Amino acid sequence: MSVLEDFESMDYGPAPENSTKAMEWLAAHDKKFNHFIDGDWVTPSGKSWFASYNPASGDLLAEIAQGSKKDVDEAVQAATRAAKDWAGLSGHARARYLYAIARLIQKHARMLAVLESLDNGKPIRESRDIDVPLVARHFYHHVGWAQLADTQLKDFAPLGVVGQVIPWNFPLLMLAWKVAPALAAGNTVVLKPAEYTSLTALRFAEICEEAGLPKGVVNIVTGDGETGAEIVNHDGLQKLAFTGSTDVGRIIRRASAGSGKKLTLELGGKSPFLVFDDADLDSVVEGLVDAIWFNQGQVCCAGSRLIAQEGIAERLYEKIRARMGKLRLGDPLDKGIDIGAIVDPVQRDQIDALVKAGVEDGATLFQPDIPVPSQGCYYPPTLLTEVESSNICAREEIFGPVLSATTFRTLKEGVELANNTRYGLAASIWTETLSKAMEVAPQIKAGVIWVNSTNLFDAAAGFGGYRESGVGREGGHEGMMEYLKPAFEKDLKDITPLETPPAHFVEPGGDLPTIDRTAKLYYGGKQARADNDSSLTVVSHNGAYAGAVAYGQYKDIRNAVEAAAKAASWRNATHHNKAQILFYMAENLSIRAHEFEDRLKSLTGATAAKAKKEVALSIERLFNAAAWADKYDGQIHTPPMRGVVAAMKEPVGTLAILCPDDAPLLGFISLMAPAMAMGNTSVIVPSERYPLLATDFYQIIETSDVPAGVINIVTGPHKDLAPVLAKHDNVDGIWYHGSQPLSREVEELSADNIKRTWVNYGRAYDWFDPEQGSGKHLLRHATEVKNIWLPYGDQI
Amino acid sequence: MDKNGRKLPNQPKKSLMHDVQIANENARSGAEPLTHNRPRAFEPDWLTDIRVNLSAVERRCATMNTRRSVKKDQQVAWMLKAISCIDLTTLAGDDTPGRVRRLCAKAKNPVRTELLKGFGVEGLHLTTGAVCVYHTMVETAVAALEGTGIPVAAVSTGFPAGLSPFDVRLAEIRASVAAGAGEIDIVITRAHVLNGHWEALYEEVVAFKEACGQAHLKTIIATGELGSLTNVAKAALVCMMAGADFVKTSTGMESKNANLPVSLTMARMIREFDERTGIKVGFKPAGGIRTAKEAVGYLVLMKEELGRRWLEPDLFRFGASGLLGDIERQLEYHLTGRYSAANRHPMG
Repeated sequence: MSVLEDFESMDYGPAPENSTKAMEWLAAHDKKFNHFIDGDWVTPSGKSWFASYNPASGDLLAEIAQGSKKDVDEAVQAATRAAKDWAGLSGHARARYLYAIARLIQKHARMLAVLESLDNGKPIRESRDIDVPLVARHFYHHVGWAQLADTQLKDFAPLGVVGQVIPWNFPLLMLAWKVAPALAAGNTVVLKPAEYTSLTALRFAEICEEAGLPKGVVNIVTGDGETGAEIVNHDGLQKLAFTGSTDVGRIIRRASAGSGKKLTLELGGKSPFLVFDDADLDSVVEGLVDAIWFNQGQVCCAGSRLIAQEGIAERLYEKIRARMGKLRLGDPLDKGIDIGAIVDPVQRDQIDALVKAGVEDGATLFQPDIPVPSQGCYYPPTLLTEVESSNICAREEIFGPVLSATTFRTLKEGVELANNTRYGLAASIWTETLSKAMEVAPQIKAGVIWVNSTNLFDAAAGFGGYRESGVGREGGHEGMMEYLKPAFEKDLKDITPLETPPAHFVEPGGDLPTIDRTAKLYYGGKQARADNDSSLTVVSHNGAYAGAVAYGQYKDIRNAVEAAAKAASWRNATHHNKAQILFYMAENLSIRAHEFEDRLKSLTGATAAKAKKEVALSIERLFNAAAWADKYDGQIHTPPMRGVVAAMKEPVGTLAILCPDDAPLLGFISLMAPAMAMGNTSVIVPSERYPLLATDFYQIIETSDVPAGVINIVTGPHKDLAPVLAKHDNVDGIWYHGSQPLSREVEELSADNIKRTWVNYGRAYDWFDPEQGSGKHLLRHATEVKNIWLPYGDQI
Repeated sequence: MDKNGRKLPNQPKKSLMHDVQIANENARSGAEPLTHNRPRAFEPDWLTDIRVNLSAVERRCATMNTRRSVKKDQQVAWMLKAISCIDLTTLAGDDTPGRVRRLCAKAKNPVRTELLKGFGVEGLHLTTGAVCVYHTMVETAVAALEGTGIPVAAVSTGFPAGLSPFDVRLAEIRASVAAGAGEIDIVITRAHVLNGHWEALYEEVVAFKEACGQAHLKTIIATGELGSLTNVAKAALVCMMAGADFVKTSTGMESKNANLPVSLTMARMIREFDERTGIKVGFKPAGGIRTAKEAVGYLVLMKEELGRRWLEPDLFRFGASGLLGDIERQLEYHLTGRYSAANRHPMG
């Protein structure tokens, strides 16, 4: 080609990024890498390596060590040895190491970006302008958390050793999201990068060496899913953090159930992209480019479901089709490429299969007439229209450059369609009407909402999902909380199960029989008989017959959960109103304090003083929850843009709460009140041993203006009811305070719909302790953080 | 022609000639001829749907030029293309015939011949897109450019504020056309936009269009004074309804000149107008564009948002005075590998 011809054609031509440095680095390692364990490069014990390829060319990039159980053991041991000293450093000292790492990432930014694109196939523009800058930003942000830890996080302790398994779609960025908060909080890590994309993690290990990070603080073990399983199942870890598919997330949840390992799961998504008829449609189109054609659509929070208001849908589709014709597929290292290579042929085949299935399900396929490289692993940008909710492409995560589109009529229907999914990671809302956007944002079940924008990220704003998109958050304060535990937890002792002596009844021939009171169940604002018309005897501490409660079983749970779900509008009650009702309950409890004290004394054998204290504290807990109702506010983050991120605290939804036996009134109130104050509706299973304190409380609920369904109580054996609740798909979170085996079962069964869980692993909380019984940790368990991105501006 | 409407490279090259009269003849040979825009009915409904989200537009602009890159020969070609689209401009109170003649000489030979030879493009007979002056200098410029086909553009209608008596503004257009100006760069009454008097704006521009006769009408909407992108979009669309051949961002005298967000907004309206009417209207960003890199950025914007057809001087112009100098230096660097200096290139 000559300049003259170029002048005529005005084509872009190739603009290759220089890959020399990255290739030299690979060559310097003879294209073969070992594990990074205890500050050393360690040959894999199995002496086996696997090949890692450049997906754009199919060329071999390097051989990567296959991690075995022994390798993982060694890494965990190294991390364990390093943990104490690392946690013992001052926050400032940890900040200095993280700062050194952040600086080194910036110094090697271009090489890291090139290496990432070579390994993953993503366009250099993205690795250079998005991934690597966000990596540096994440470390800098967490330099700050390390610095502030000694003063701002002093009520918390690090967890210990963290196992981290990360995906291939944002290899270095996901590493940063995992490693930075873990280290800032004082944990040490064993991290496994995805087998397709290990290289930047290995380069990061060198950066740790260069930064002088103490040995064993960061350990990188490479390998495939089996290596990952060795990490997940390792009993030397105190936390697991995983980003990947929902299916694997479920496996991890089950595998780690009962282990006490804290868990963060960032899983799949099918995120809605809701476009109202008053949106800036040209900008919507660019938003979609960033939503679904970013990183070849291999993005967990990709806006993959376009839901457009019917009146503008066709016009929008036309604009999208025209824009798709301008997308450029090709060499990821070309600076003018929009869409690079799919990470592996396996993925490409999966995308293709899903698209074909979607078309069979009735979708209309559009792919633009643009050049697709014949070599390498590519998939063209794809638009599927007429994708009804029943279509496989509306339900399954495709993880490729495929946009599925459907239409809606009204705001209400748009929200319903947006929420018609098992997932809940992210959502985009496009409208030029602020009041509309702010009405929709809280209604969408997703952890991240972008208004008139998409795929914006910042270390200060938490990221993570609702529903089956995961548990926990990464980034911001909420992300730090995932790598810390309340300081009191380390001193918790195992609970002592309460004995149930044989029941004895009143002697015959005495006074007239007392009028029998069998406490019923309480749900939907009414007392109701148990479905099986059976009751359970309650005896006092010394075996004296104390009464009977309804024998709640699975059908009663079903009814109670239904009642709780129906009462979901409780979340929209004003905080003032929530507080008023909690105060009212306190008022009514105080009127009947003696009655509850007597019950505690006779039932549990508590001393008068202790019974008095338990009731008094219960009243105080109601006040405490009422106090928090309008004070546990969200935050406004100010990421680097003109705009704000509103981190709103939302109720988890329907909570199942299984209460402890010790402190049968105080434990019940301490859990119920914050759940209610934060806007949840609850299905509560009271103390199994002493349920009468909760059933006595019905009358207080009934006289305190508590809306029907906000509190629902089912008495019965925890071992029967906990599994039913843990398996219920309409229960969003479950709290369990009881035995270790049932804690394990609750966590395991919660895997199916990825419930938020809080279990005690058989350890006893001291409900009389203000921190343990009414600390902020309760409010955290009762809420989800939703980050709403609100870019603004109009004046030019 | 290939299937994309591009001329095949082996066809004979003619100079980048511009006819001073008719838009259709103003196109480069090989490019699809244009249909002249004419006033059409005022349609307020077109305006009600317009929404422009500033933040989203800025995000698009921020990555527009990180998503596309031209290197080496292509970079040279794109810079030469930019030159062919420059309205080489002088709009100063101290303009004299001598100054204008020197500018016209530069317009005729914008780049040193040995550089063009070095790139093998001397056969292009590269010139700038036009020379742009005040009315008083039109005759001088027309004389200086006689026989070159380079049109003379006159800023008009009480430029830059546009607040002189309406009759005077019309008379000014007619005078410039009579003096030989092939293009008239008018300024709109910003008050019409700021107060939402769209029909008044429409009528004003229709009157200007009529006064232009066969001369091209370029409407300067003065984006820097319109407050919002929504106003920019509506003003651009109203001007097109009223028959504008070009919509132009700025006079160069506002405190804020052309930038990518207003250009993107106007380009999208041009696309909208084309989709609705089949008429292609040109775009001219003006003021503040000083570097070759920025200029390539604008070309990328046109190509991405409007397509290859808008990379010709009949549909795209830069209003710039300093830009050419930077491009010349960059061109020399590409040829010699040495960074150049201003004194090595003839003054304009």
